[in-house]
Amino acid sequence: MDLVDFARGTALKIAFVVFFVGVLWRLVNVMLLRHRQMLSEPRRSVGAAVLGGLKGMGSRSWPHPEFIKRTVTGEALGYSYHIGLFIVILFFAPHIVFFGSFAGVRWPALPSSIITIFAVITLTLFVAVLSRRLGHPVLRRLSNFDDYFSWFIVALVLVTGLMATAHVGGPYQRILGLHILSFDLLLIWYPFGKLMHSFYIFPTRAIDGYLMTRKGAPS
Amino acid sequence: MARPETEPTIGELLDRNGVSRRSFLKYCTAMASLLALPPIAARAMAAQLRAARRPSVIYLSFQECTGCLESFTRSFAPTIENMIFNVISLDCDDTLMAAAGAQAEKARAQAMEANYGKYLLVVDGAVPTADGGVYHCAAGRTGIDLLTDCAKGAAAIVAVGTCASFGGLPHADPNPTGARAISALVPGKPVINVSGCPPIPEVITGTFLQYVTTGRVPDLDEHLRPTVFYGNSIHNRCYRRPFYDRGEFAKTFDDEGARNGWCLYELGCKGPTTYNACATVKWNNAVSFPIQSGHPCLGCAEPEFWDRGSFYSPIPTARWGKAGEVSTAEAGTLAAGAALTGVAIGAGSVVLARRRISRLQRTPQSESETHNEE
Repeated sequence: MDLVDFARGTALKIAFVVFFVGVLWRLVNVMLLRHRQMLSEPRRSVGAAVLGGLKGMGSRSWPHPEFIKRTVTGEALGYSYHIGLFIVILFFAPHIVFFGSFAGVRWPALPSSIITIFAVITLTLFVAVLSRRLGHPVLRRLSNFDDYFSWFIVALVLVTGLMATAHVGGPYQRILGLHILSFDLLLIWYPFGKLMHSFYIFPTRAIDGYLMTRKGAPS
Repeated sequence: MARPETEPTIGELLDRNGVSRRSFLKYCTAMASLLALPPIAARAMAAQLRAARRPSVIYLSFQECTGCLESFTRSFAPTIENMIFNVISLDCDDTLMAAAGAQAEKARAQAMEANYGKYLLVVDGAVPTADGGVYHCAAGRTGIDLLTDCAKGAAAIVAVGTCASFGGLPHADPNPTGARAISALVPGKPVINVSGCPPIPEVITGTFLQYVTTGRVPDLDEHLRPTVFYGNSIHNRCYRRPFYDRGEFAKTFDDEGARNGWCLYELGCKGPTTYNACATVKWNNAVSFPIQSGHPCLGCAEPEFWDRGSFYSPIPTARWGKAGEVSTAEAGTLAAGAALTGVAIGAGSVVLARRRISRLQRTPQSESETHNEE
């Protein structure tokens, strides 16, 4: 069994199980924990609060006008590399084949050259994000192992993917094995680190929006 | 490596057979081109070849289908007759030689004795090692015994075909005969693997020629294959590569993409992970190769290609199912099971957390702490 077979076989299976167990564990954990009681008299109806929750998902995903000058760099970097990541992950032909082998459906791919351009831009943005984190005094103090390791693991998948596409760093099979193995590692780390934000981000914004509306504040 | 001094050189043999200098130089130019050498190397090759004596070659066959030898006999440049009459001295090959039985054994023994330390040992097929090697016996000897004996006096060993190079089909799971690759059985001997099922004829003869010309083992890759033939992946040299780069793939063997000659990646092509000269040297005098004929590359030149699931499952497909590939149902079942386990663990941890909170709430001095936790 070589590296590719291990990475897409045993290692992927373990990663797959850890990912699903971990994600559901953490989601259920957060959902079932006791919440703070709302002590004030509700100002708005439940229906209005639900709508406020939906609105909150959108409004809280956009920079607040009052702080936009201070936050625009971070927001722009964040949005840009997320979009880049989504394009690379979802529209590269081998990725579609990979996900399709589980899901049973495939969708049209983008040309490899376009994907490569997006991957290089995304990686550059990743480096910029890390530089900003290291260079910003407040951000640096707020950062811990989780931030850096989550960054490292996503960057590792990107770098090994680019290496496999460009056929550098050794035989394709070995680099492909490393790429899939780094993805396995990402799946394992996913539920336990800050990558889990992808599952929390919209529900938490919706709940905030709901509670704010219920209390009569703008969501 | 040279034959006894009484033997004519290759140049003398060619002169004797009426081969003109011009024809010989054209032949050397073609060979230099095949080996990716610069044009000037053709002259050096010609000089070297003329002065060289034909090396004695002993060809052994073990667990194989004779496909590799069939391929060898279909070489166009150089042709098999040119090769065995002018470039090498094929002193023993059970399949091609007229002699059989004791006579064939005697011919092999004589060739080994006369050229001890200088002959080229060519092997096709894997060697069974289980149960004392009884699964391959000839003339009362096991294959492993014969190989060990012949390897002692060999200057180098050429393992022809994927079976000899990596174990191939006999080595495939569950490998009941304990088949092993030649390189694993002859420690200390230089081994050149010429993998493929079968290898390209010109790659076999080209490897022999390179050895005769340079007098040394050529540059090899990590799988001991000559880099001149195995240095590039099929994918990198494939004429369908532009379709891959544009994201145009055949989805079935008879769809529009297949008719338009689009990339066969989604039909299981192993070109990206297979290193061989199929896309450049091609087959049948450079007429075509499997991908050009509309079939995905099987990856036959790579180790353990039989054990990598279906030939038609694409490279990035996950592999943990019983049949190699993971079906949607299997993935779904595993995900559902893992998700339920996660829910159970999550719920269990919440119950424990709530109990802890209730216990703390019953303790008056912990009230403020409890409030914060809630």
